[in-house]
Amino acid sequence: MENVIAILKNIRPEFDYAGVDDFFAHGMLDSFDLTVLVSSLEERFGISIDGVDIVPENFRSTEAIVLLLKKYGAAT
Amino acid sequence: MQINVLEYFVKTAERWPSKLAVADSQQEWSFERLRRRAGAIARQIVKFTEATNLPIAVYLPKANEAIASFLGVLFSGNCYAPLDVKAPVSRTQAILGQLEPSLILTTKELGAQLQSAGVASPHILILDDLQDEEGPIPDRWQECIDTDPVYIIHTSGSTGKPKGVVVTHRGVIDYIDWARDTFKIDEHCVIGNQAPLIFDNSTLDLYLCFACGATLRLTPEELFLFPVRLLEYLADKSINFIFWVPSVMVAVADKRVLDRVKGLHLEKILFAGEVMPAKHLNVWRSRFPNALFANLYGPTEITVDCTYYIVDRDLGDDEPVPIGRPCRNSDILILNEQNEACQTAERGELCVRGTSLAAGYWNQPVQTAAAFVQNPLNPHYPELIYRTGDLVYRNENGEIIYVGRKDFQVKHMGYRIELGDIEHFVLQVPGIRNSCVLYHFGEKKIILVYEAESDIDPGFIRNELARNLPKYMWPSVFLFRLELPRTPNGKIDRQQLMTEYGK
Repeated sequence: MENVIAILKNIRPEFDYAGVDDFFAHGMLDSFDLTVLVSSLEERFGISIDGVDIVPENFRSTEAIVLLLKKYGAAT
Repeated sequence: MQINVLEYFVKTAERWPSKLAVADSQQEWSFERLRRRAGAIARQIVKFTEATNLPIAVYLPKANEAIASFLGVLFSGNCYAPLDVKAPVSRTQAILGQLEPSLILTTKELGAQLQSAGVASPHILILDDLQDEEGPIPDRWQECIDTDPVYIIHTSGSTGKPKGVVVTHRGVIDYIDWARDTFKIDEHCVIGNQAPLIFDNSTLDLYLCFACGATLRLTPEELFLFPVRLLEYLADKSINFIFWVPSVMVAVADKRVLDRVKGLHLEKILFAGEVMPAKHLNVWRSRFPNALFANLYGPTEITVDCTYYIVDRDLGDDEPVPIGRPCRNSDILILNEQNEACQTAERGELCVRGTSLAAGYWNQPVQTAAAFVQNPLNPHYPELIYRTGDLVYRNENGEIIYVGRKDFQVKHMGYRIELGDIEHFVLQVPGIRNSCVLYHFGEKKIILVYEAESDIDPGFIRNELARNLPKYMWPSVFLFRLELPRTPNGKIDRQQLMTEYGK
């Protein structure tokens, strides 16, 4: 969880991501950020996220991202 | 004889009043509805200003209302200048200062932002409460001729000052007539728009809708984040025509989702704005073997596109995708350093001649004179060419192949960026003494190398830049140096840095 928050923080230092339910609804992630986020997660955890998993539900909160990483067997 | 782009729209709205013209995420408007709204906006404009052929800024998000505003401005006999609602206010102010629009069309909310930033209120026209009841459409537009401006689109300038490219009716008419004939567009076409309205690629989407009675779907921008959702949208809305930037097509191909969505009806797939890698094009081609694929090329200054290549053979994954041949009524010269026409396979600068040439940069005579110059191959009478700064060559088949830039302009996520524009604002960041901005073409990243007393927090630099630069211009890699390498004559050694940080 901390790892994910650190990655998000690195992309948008101006926001506090912990405990937010929907990043997109609050304008905390846009198209540029999401591209960076996906490649950062892939790089950091050594995984390759399938295109069908790139849907809002999987990236809208830190919990959702952690769940997605678990699915790929990444140690968070 | 057509001399005004509005003639397309007027005829189409008469012929198919109830056909779906434009749709955003909220509403679907018929041509009649769009005409009525444009008329209402035009009536407001002519109450405020007597002027014709002057810019009216459109500061609105991408939605039906923005399209109606463009048409309303044209009906008032003026030209529209779309502004980026996501850009920092200071950049918008810099553009407004130079553009001096007679009016700004916007919403209550966005208008308030402009006012709090110091834009004078008499020039702001709020559209929220404007009713679109039936009424006569102003006829001031009928006084315009085909060399008058349609729109002014701003591009990055190398000294931190955006340039407003003034595009004419004749240029757009030639472009749209060419596209309609070449790609056989008719009223059955359903366009899935991607290009922002501040980007001139959107000209093709808009005017094919106006000219052919095609339906224009303003694809919600957030869908481009989620490739599966994007493709589902294309299927759901029966979209059969797209004209996208390669970045977006590459992202979709890379995520390997093209085969995962059923019911896609794409028939015509066009792209432009940056280099399209054959590898990704091939992924698209194998998914849509019967579709027409075309690579279009051109800078804003020659009215969207001046060359095209309809993919007509198998291309190896590492082969360049040609930018092809000149569009009808446009001509390309490839000039070497001596201003002579290049031979086959000889590299030179791509220059354009024809009625597609923009009238120039708004209020920037020096920049205009530098880019729009006398054709050196014609000493007999005045004839301007536009020097693109792009390096190309002609292959054995007569096709033009893009090589790179003569200067420090790059294309990043489809946006045209002068690296000097970024450097200009980097130098305003407290603590930074000097800087060099590079572009890593492989990783598609903007790299900032800066000289300072000590390492500066990237978050701080980014926040400082965010005040003046739109997001697509922010560097994503920040490298600190106590001293930047210099050439013998004291300039920053860009070549050295390029070698160090990779091409």
